Amino acid sequence: MSSDIQITLNGEPFSVNSDARLTALIDGLNLKRGRVAVEINYEIVPKAQWNNVTLASGDIVEIVNFVGGG
Amino acid sequence: MKDDSFELAGRRYKSRLIVGTGKYRDFAETRAAIEESGAEIVTVAVRRVNITDPNKENLLDYIDPKKWQILPNTAGCYTVEDAVRTCRLAREAGVGDLVKLEVIGDLQTLFPDVPATLEAAKILVKDGFKVLPYITDDPVACLRLAEIGCAAVMPLAAPIGSGMGIRNPFNLRIILEQAKVPVIVDAGVGTASDAAEAMELGCDGLLINSAIASAKHPIAMARAMRLAVEAGRLAYHAGRIEQKLYATASSPLTGMIR
Repeated sequence: MSSDIQITLNGEPFSVNSDARLTALIDGLNLKRGRVAVEINYEIVPKAQWNNVTLASGDIVEIVNFVGGG
Repeated sequence: MKDDSFELAGRRYKSRLIVGTGKYRDFAETRAAIEESGAEIVTVAVRRVNITDPNKENLLDYIDPKKWQILPNTAGCYTVEDAVRTCRLAREAGVGDLVKLEVIGDLQTLFPDVPATLEAAKILVKDGFKVLPYITDDPVACLRLAEIGCAAVMPLAAPIGSGMGIRNPFNLRIILEQAKVPVIVDAGVGTASDAAEAMELGCDGLLINSAIASAKHPIAMARAMRLAVEAGRLAYHAGRIEQKLYATASSPLTGMIR
């Protein structure tokens, strides 16, 4: 049985399914996989591993993309 | 004239103008200005995705990384750790290993923290990045960055976004004389004559954002900057005349009617 767990996503509290893979989080947020990078607890998670990584309660997740800048 | 293409980090470019993507009204204007500038390298910033409105349009929907070389920056980073972390995330996002390194030392001037920039550059070069560091117009700092293995040096001409132009052409000349890597003026250009001046000094390229994006008519200014960079480069190769205090007549002094 899966339940919800709390993570911190981009600095904000966020609920995910306890058996959620990282890919499910990315897809659930409607993000284009080729355009973002992900860190969990300050470690980069390469795209090839997204489907093998399950989120744990209290994980600090950062998802970044490119925005306008000089 | 012989081929005057611009080699940077192992790639050749026709344009010597690099443009930023900040401060535009919208992505359509960003793209139109970039097209008009003729730039082939485009800087971007790395920020958290918008999780409250994930359907919001993305910059790369407008700036196709297959068409433009994307140059992620570390703008807003004040420490070595943050700058290195930002570069690693940018590379993971899949646009290659060319990065614009900025480690800011002071909020008011946005001048670089020179020792921190050197330290971050060392780590990034070792980690396989092609590093383009934003740096003060300090010849020694530029020498050190080249020794570390940076792909270019990018001295500021004036504070970021100030539009104050080339404040110290003499330092730039020294940097250019000593340079073993391309010298790209990054920051301070206000209008087309500033861009031409930098290129006339012999700079290899220019990075411009605010002067285009915050102009009253950004797309027209993008064109002005493209032409100014080309004109300045041509004038540099053409070799300007010496400056003299007194006049030298252009017309014959003989054969005058009496």
